[in-house]
Amino acid sequence: MKFLKIQTRYIPLMATAAVFALLYIIGLSSFSNFGSLGVFVNLFGDNAFLGIAAIGATFVILSGGIDLSVGSVIAFTSILIASLLDKGFDPGTAISISLLFGICFGASMGCLIHFFELPPFLVTLAGMFFARGLGFLIHPQSLGIKHPFFLNTVGDSLPVKLSNGVEIPFTASCFIAALILALIIAHMTGFGRNVYAIGGNEQAAKLMGVRIGATKIMIYTLAGFFSALAGVVFTLYMQSGNPSSCVGLELDAIAAVVIGGTLLSGGVGYLAGTLLGVLVLGLIQTLITFHGDLNTWWTKIVIGVLVLVFILLQNLVTKMTKKRIKST
Amino acid sequence: MGKTVELLEAKGIVKTFPGVKALSGVDFSVSAGEVHALMGENGAGKSTLVKIITGVYRKDAGEIIFNGKSISPGSTLEAEQCGISTVYQEVNLVPELSVAENICLGRQPKKLGFISWGGVRKRAVEALKRLELDIDVSKNLSYYSIAIQQLIAIARALDIDSKLLILDEPTSSLDEKEVAELFKMLKKLRGQGLGIVFITHFLDQVYQISDRITILRDGGKVGTFEAARLPRLEMVGRMIGKDPEQVKSMEKKREIRKVAGKEFLKAEGIGRKGMLFPMALEIREGEIIGLAGLLGSGRSETARMLFGVDPSDSGKLSIGGADTDISSPKKAVKNGIAMTAEDRKVTGIISDLTIRENIVLALQARAGAFRTYTLKEQYALADKFIKALGIKTPDADQLIKNLSGGNQQKALLARWLAMEPRLFMLDEPTRGIDVGAKAEIEKVMDELCEKGMALLFISSEMEEVSRNCDRVMVLRDRRKIGEISGEDISLQAIMKMIAE
Ligand SMILES: Nc1ncnc2c1ncn2[C@@H]1O[C@H](COP(=O)(O)OP(=O)(O)OP(=O)(O)O)[C@@H](O)[C@H]1O
Ligand SMILES: [Mg+2]
Repeated sequence: MKFLKIQTRYIPLMATAAVFALLYIIGLSSFSNFGSLGVFVNLFGDNAFLGIAAIGATFVILSGGIDLSVGSVIAFTSILIASLLDKGFDPGTAISISLLFGICFGASMGCLIHFFELPPFLVTLAGMFFARGLGFLIHPQSLGIKHPFFLNTVGDSLPVKLSNGVEIPFTASCFIAALILALIIAHMTGFGRNVYAIGGNEQAAKLMGVRIGATKIMIYTLAGFFSALAGVVFTLYMQSGNPSSCVGLELDAIAAVVIGGTLLSGGVGYLAGTLLGVLVLGLIQTLITFHGDLNTWWTKIVIGVLVLVFILLQNLVTKMTKKRIKST
Repeated sequence: MGKTVELLEAKGIVKTFPGVKALSGVDFSVSAGEVHALMGENGAGKSTLVKIITGVYRKDAGEIIFNGKSISPGSTLEAEQCGISTVYQEVNLVPELSVAENICLGRQPKKLGFISWGGVRKRAVEALKRLELDIDVSKNLSYYSIAIQQLIAIARALDIDSKLLILDEPTSSLDEKEVAELFKMLKKLRGQGLGIVFITHFLDQVYQISDRITILRDGGKVGTFEAARLPRLEMVGRMIGKDPEQVKSMEKKREIRKVAGKEFLKAEGIGRKGMLFPMALEIREGEIIGLAGLLGSGRSETARMLFGVDPSDSGKLSIGGADTDISSPKKAVKNGIAMTAEDRKVTGIISDLTIRENIVLALQARAGAFRTYTLKEQYALADKFIKALGIKTPDADQLIKNLSGGNQQKALLARWLAMEPRLFMLDEPTRGIDVGAKAEIEKVMDELCEKGMALLFISSEMEEVSRNCDRVMVLRDRRKIGEISGEDISLQAIMKMIAE
C-alpha cells in the first residue's frame, strides 16, 4: 500500500513513458531500421525547437499561466536573424540580438501581467499578434541564409561525432543543454521552487513571503528567452528565416507539456515529463513519415486523442489522491 | 512578567475596506517575553491587524514601531526580515509541495548557490522535532490531515530567528495533546524573550497561556488587561459588549424537549470496514443529538457515513420508514440530509462568489436549473440569514473571501440551512466562531429543531455537547459504546462512559 501511495504523483509521468515505449515498439516491429541510433538521435535534432519552446511553456504552465506568443516569437526571431545576416552582421551578434529581444519581449509581457493584473491568456494573445506582425514588418517573405556559419559550420564541425559514425546534430545538443539548464533552474534554485508554489496556491505563496511580482515577471522573461532560443535553433535547422512559419506552434508545445503530465492548473509537473511529451509527439511524426502512405494530418489526430487521454488520466489521478487523503 | 520593554508598538492603526471600517485607530503593543492574547468577536478586526503588522495589507493611518524603529513592511517577506514571523488564520501552505519544501520555501539551505535537498530535509525534520512531530517530510503536504498541516505551518514560523511570533487561531484544528505540545514550546520561547501574539476563540487556552489580553470590538480597542485580573465572564462581556450577568444566562443549559418527534432515520448494523464498527442508531425529528468521544473515536466518520461520503458497507438503513441506502452525498441531499465538514475550505465555500450567490447555490443545485430564484427572492433569503446568524458584512453582495474567518463559517451554515434540511449534521461548527455567535447559532438551531429539523452535533468540546443535546451518543475506538439522554446528560456522565 505504501508503495502505491508514493507512486500516485508519478502516474502521469509513467503513463507518458509507457506511451513512448509503446510507440517505439510499434516502430521497431513495423520498420526494419527504426531501431537505429540515428533515428533516435534525429528525434532530438528534428524536434529541438519544439522541445525548447515546450521547456519555456512548462515554466509558465507550472505557475498557472499560459504563453500563446511562442510560435510568433520563433518566427520573428528567425526572420530577424536572417535579415541581420543579410545586412552583414556576424552570426554571434545576430543571435545575441534575437535572444535579447526574446528576453525583453517576455519581460514586458510579465510586467503587463503583474502590474496591471491582466490575465496571461490575453496579454500573450496580444503578444502573439504583435510579434507576428513585427516579423512581417522586417521582411514580408521567406529569406534564405547564405552565411557560411549557417550553411557549413553548423552542419560540419558543430555536431558531436560518436565512434560508430552517428552524429548528434547541433540542434539536438542545444535542446539537451536547454533541458539541463531548465532542470537546474526548476529544481535547484529558489526561483524554480517559487514557480511551483505560485502555481500550487498563489495566495499561500504570497503569505509565505514569495515575491509574486518578481517571480511572475521572471517566469515570462524566461519563457521569452526559451522562445527566442527555440527561434535560433529553428533558424539553424531551416537555414532561412520566415515570418509566417510556426503558426500555432505554441499549441504543440502546450500539448507536449500536458502529455508530459503537467497540470494545466499549475503547481504539478516535471520537465522530464515535457521531454517525454516532446519525444512522443516526435515519434508519432516519425512513424507517420516512415509509413509513407499516411497523411500528416494523422499526426494531429493522434495528438488530439493523446491530449484528451492524458487530461482524463490526470483528472483520475487527482481524484484518487483526494480520495486517499480523505481515507487517511 | 514584569518586563517593560515594548517590542512592538502599533499606534492608531486605521484600515478601511470598501464598505467596512475594519480598524479604527487601534493601539496595540507587545513586550518581549510575553504571550499577548488578541481577543474579539468574528469580524472584530484581529486578522486585519495582524495582516497590517506583517505587511499583507497597507494601513490607512497609524504607525508601527518595532524594536525601537518605525517600520512599514510591504510584504510578509519584509516583515520576516524585520523579525516578525506569522502563522495566518487559514492554513496557508502549498498542498502540492512536499512538507519539507513547505517549511523551507523561500529560505532553502543552499550549497554553491544551489538548493541542497539534503539540507532542506534536515532543516524540516528539525523544525518539526521542536513540536515533537515525526512525519515523513518528503510526502506532499496534502497527504496529511488539517491538524498536521497546521502544526507544519507553525513549525515553518518557528523555523526562522524571529523576535515576534504571531499566531492567528493556530489551534483551531488541534487536539488537546497537540495544543499542550504547542504551549510547551511557546512557554520556552517566551522564556527566551520572544514576544508572542496569540489569537483564539478557545477561552480556556487564553487563560492557560497568556500574560496580557487585548480585546477588540468592531474595529476599535476595548482595552488591554492583565490576564490574571480579568475574570472570564468579564472578558466575554467586553468582547460582545454585554455585562457579565447576560453572558452567564447565555451559557446555561438549554431546556430538554420532552416530546420526541416522528422517527426520521433508523439504522441497524451500519458500519464501514476499517473505519467504523457496525452500530445501530435512530434519529427523530426535532431532536438534537450529540456525538461525543475523543479525537479519532469515529465521530466525524459517523457523520461522513451518514452523508454518503464514505458510505456504509453493512447493515440496513431507513428514512421515514422506507428502506434506502445513502451511497453518495447526492443521495443524502435528496433525502434531506445536510452536512458541514470540519474544514470549511475543503467543503467549498466558493470564495469568489458573494454571500448571496453562495447561499443560493446549494438551493439552486437542488431545485434544478429550471426553477429560478428572482433576485428579490435571493436577496430576501440572504438578508434573512445574515440577520439570523449575525453575519458581519455591509451587505449581501460582499465576496465571501472578504469576510472574517468566523463569518465565512456562518455563511456556510446559511447555505445549508437555506435548503431546509430534515437532518443537519454539523462537524465542529463552532470552531473559529466567537462566543456571542456561538450562542446565536445555538439559538437558530434550536428554532429550526422546533420546526422539526433533526440535528447531529459533533464537537470536541464536550461541555458544548452536554449543554446542547437532547441525546448523546458516545463513541470510543470507532465503536458506539452507549447513549445518554435527557436529564442524565452531563459532562461527568459522558466522561465516565468514555473512560470505562
Ligand atoms: N480583504 C477584505 N476586503 C473587504 N473586507 C474585509 C477584508 N478583510 C477583512 N474584511 C472585513 O474586515 C472586518 C474584520 O475582519 P477580520 O478578518 O480582521 O476579523 P477577525 O477579528 O479576524 O474575525 P475572525 O474571528 O472571524 O477571524 C470584517 O468585517 C471583514 O468582513
Ligand atoms: Mg480572523
